Amino acid sequence: MSSQIESLVNKEYQYGFVTDIESDAIPRGLTEETVRLISARKNEPQWLLDWRLKAFKRWLSMTEPRWPNVKYGEIDYQAQTYYSAPKSVKPLQSLDEVDPELLKTYEKLGISLNEQKRLSGVAVDAIFDSVSVGTTMKEELKKHGVIFCSFGEAVIEHPELVQRYLGSVVPYSDNFFAALNSAVFSDGSFVYIPKGVRCPLELSTYFRINAADTGQFERTLIVADEGAYVSYLEGCTAPKRSTNQLHAAVVEIVALDDAQVKYSTVQNWYAGDKDGVGGIYNFVTKRGKAFTNSKISWTQVETGSAITWKYPSVILQGDNSTGEFYSVAVVNNKQQADTGTKMIHIGKNTKSTIISKGISAGHGQNSYRGQVKVLPKATGARNYTQCDSMLIGNQCGAHTFPYIEIANNSATLEHEASTSKIGEDQIFYCKQRGLNAEHAISLIVAGFCKEVFKELPMEFALEAQQLLGISLEGSVG
Amino acid sequence: MLTITNLTANAGGKPILKGISLTVNAGEVHAIMGPNGSGKSTLAQVIAGHPGYEVTGGSVTYEGQDLLELEAEVRAQQGIFLAFQYPVEIPGVSNAYFLRAAYNEVRKAHGEDEVDPLEFLDIMAKKLKVVEMDEAMLQRSVNAGFSGGEKKRNEILQMAVLEPKLAVLDETDSGLDIDALRIVAEGVNKLKRPDNATIVVTHYQRLLNYIVPDFVHVLAQGRIVRSGGKELALELEERGYDWLLEPAGASA
Ligand SMILES: Nc1ncnc2c1ncn2[C@@H]1O[C@H](COP(=O)(O)OP(=O)(O)O)[C@@H](O)[C@H]1O
Ligand SMILES: [Mg+2]
Repeated sequence: MSSQIESLVNKEYQYGFVTDIESDAIPRGLTEETVRLISARKNEPQWLLDWRLKAFKRWLSMTEPRWPNVKYGEIDYQAQTYYSAPKSVKPLQSLDEVDPELLKTYEKLGISLNEQKRLSGVAVDAIFDSVSVGTTMKEELKKHGVIFCSFGEAVIEHPELVQRYLGSVVPYSDNFFAALNSAVFSDGSFVYIPKGVRCPLELSTYFRINAADTGQFERTLIVADEGAYVSYLEGCTAPKRSTNQLHAAVVEIVALDDAQVKYSTVQNWYAGDKDGVGGIYNFVTKRGKAFTNSKISWTQVETGSAITWKYPSVILQGDNSTGEFYSVAVVNNKQQADTGTKMIHIGKNTKSTIISKGISAGHGQNSYRGQVKVLPKATGARNYTQCDSMLIGNQCGAHTFPYIEIANNSATLEHEASTSKIGEDQIFYCKQRGLNAEHAISLIVAGFCKEVFKELPMEFALEAQQLLGISLEGSVG
Repeated sequence: MLTITNLTANAGGKPILKGISLTVNAGEVHAIMGPNGSGKSTLAQVIAGHPGYEVTGGSVTYEGQDLLELEAEVRAQQGIFLAFQYPVEIPGVSNAYFLRAAYNEVRKAHGEDEVDPLEFLDIMAKKLKVVEMDEAMLQRSVNAGFSGGEKKRNEILQMAVLEPKLAVLDETDSGLDIDALRIVAEGVNKLKRPDNATIVVTHYQRLLNYIVPDFVHVLAQGRIVRSGGKELALELEERGYDWLLEPAGASA
């Protein structure tokens, strides 16, 4: 068995190529000067520079969290480059002006920035290293009053919105990586859906790290005004490199009264090779604040990165608000993930659902870490948590760290957990019906993840399923 | 169609099959009987290519090829079907999805186009009738939470969909009540064609009242100790297996 499946060649990471493009990067290292330099490159207003500087000061006084269940060496923050942008990208350029080399890069990643060729129904913002290359379908969205643009553009064109909501969900002082991001963040996406508008398109941002030794520190802010609805998807890839690269993003979602935001992630950063050399360190803070009767739903499929540290969370601020977290996290080879969510029940009759599916293969280590907190005023709060782990092989690990804090005894909490092992017998059964081992594993795993996949927008569910199959290839021994 | 010569195989490092020879031609039904633990399932699994069983000697030829050289999925694509004694559960994967995936793999292997879910539903409507199964079964996860009888019936449904050349039914009768037994057996009979063959593994004669074998073989302690026509099954029913077994130590 083992030899049979091991001999299935591990499919190459399909997105591991490097785009040869001239970049404008600032010198390595991180000082106050670096922060000023980034802000200047982006022609930012003073208030934003001041905010960055406060964040930087705060960051200097903080230490890197070491409580996650992951092991990695010292990160030298002075050895990184904090800003790198293709020279050909001009501020506020239109799509027609995008460098053909960059268009080609996105074509190769399966993302067409040519509006005619695009899947109808999806608008894309393409972020390359530290800048946005372009955003599609802007005109169409504008008709509905929807703002979808790069963060940098939003700062210039819609400063009042950015200033009002930036840091309102994840303050710069929140944690070490959030503070770092707040100081040096480069680009990201900005979304604003006006009152009562149902965004007519799926919005999606595609993040690409290209330059070596450069971190990506993007910042995304989504604001759904009262009664608005939006579904947003992010995808990510990076070249194969033997050094680790840092990705420390912050995503903030604000769902005002009666609004609904659905945020989906298909995370496929380079994971390192089978011996754990290289790969992205993915240290991300994602949080949403849900006001009265609103709903925020996180769906994530995490297959890439050498290390993943992220807990998309919801602050259930308003009465009757809902938070959801659906997650599939896969670790293979030497990957490590410590991921989960926090659901903070503040308002009355708030409701949260957590469905976590962890898949561990090779020497991978997968930890679910989840917090459900019910504050004194959250009368009638409800949480349902289901946390399932699947092991493939004998050398991997699955761990769960649930934290429950309840300060209101009317709360109802349900928790279910299971661990299963993908069996030789299941694989053989599929093979006996004509499916090869690869197909068998992806089918069995897809079955395991079904409840999460059904939350993904249709176009991406299939992609996510295939991605899972690829990341698990060669994993059964 | 299938020629097994002097086959020996280990399970868990222990010799189980100790020199099996058997020839199956198109159009034939062979029954393999024998006491529990005699190696019937091992033989079935070796034919299907289960990697947990190690072939230590002999040969198996299927349609002129060395069967033992082929991956299990290739054997399946080329028409070998095993109805499992213990069908495996695959939670979250619907029966319909699984069946269509299997059906399309077999089609692809024959250079035919894959069918889409709608076309497949039409095909399924006919196949469900073969085993008198309800359409609702298609939406349930593969074997998950099925009763023993439902699992066995589901195996025959898969067989009806895949239309194998050589079907090996491993104790498909066990766990079935008399009505289910009749339905399953009639299903198998309906699928019989002059160009396919069936090996029925069972240790009860009961099933053979419905699926009438052309040959009956008795497997005991890893060897075929007796072969005959369908009357041998009746004789076994009457006399048990003991008279065919070697007395302990006789071979030493
Ligand atoms: N995977 C295995 N590992 C170890 N022993 C096995 C394995 N499979 C079968 N056996 C042993 O091989 C013998 C024959 O089993 P089996 O072929 O299942 O018999 P039957 O189907 O005739 O009842 C039994 O002694 C059984 O315990
Ligand atoms: Mg058996």
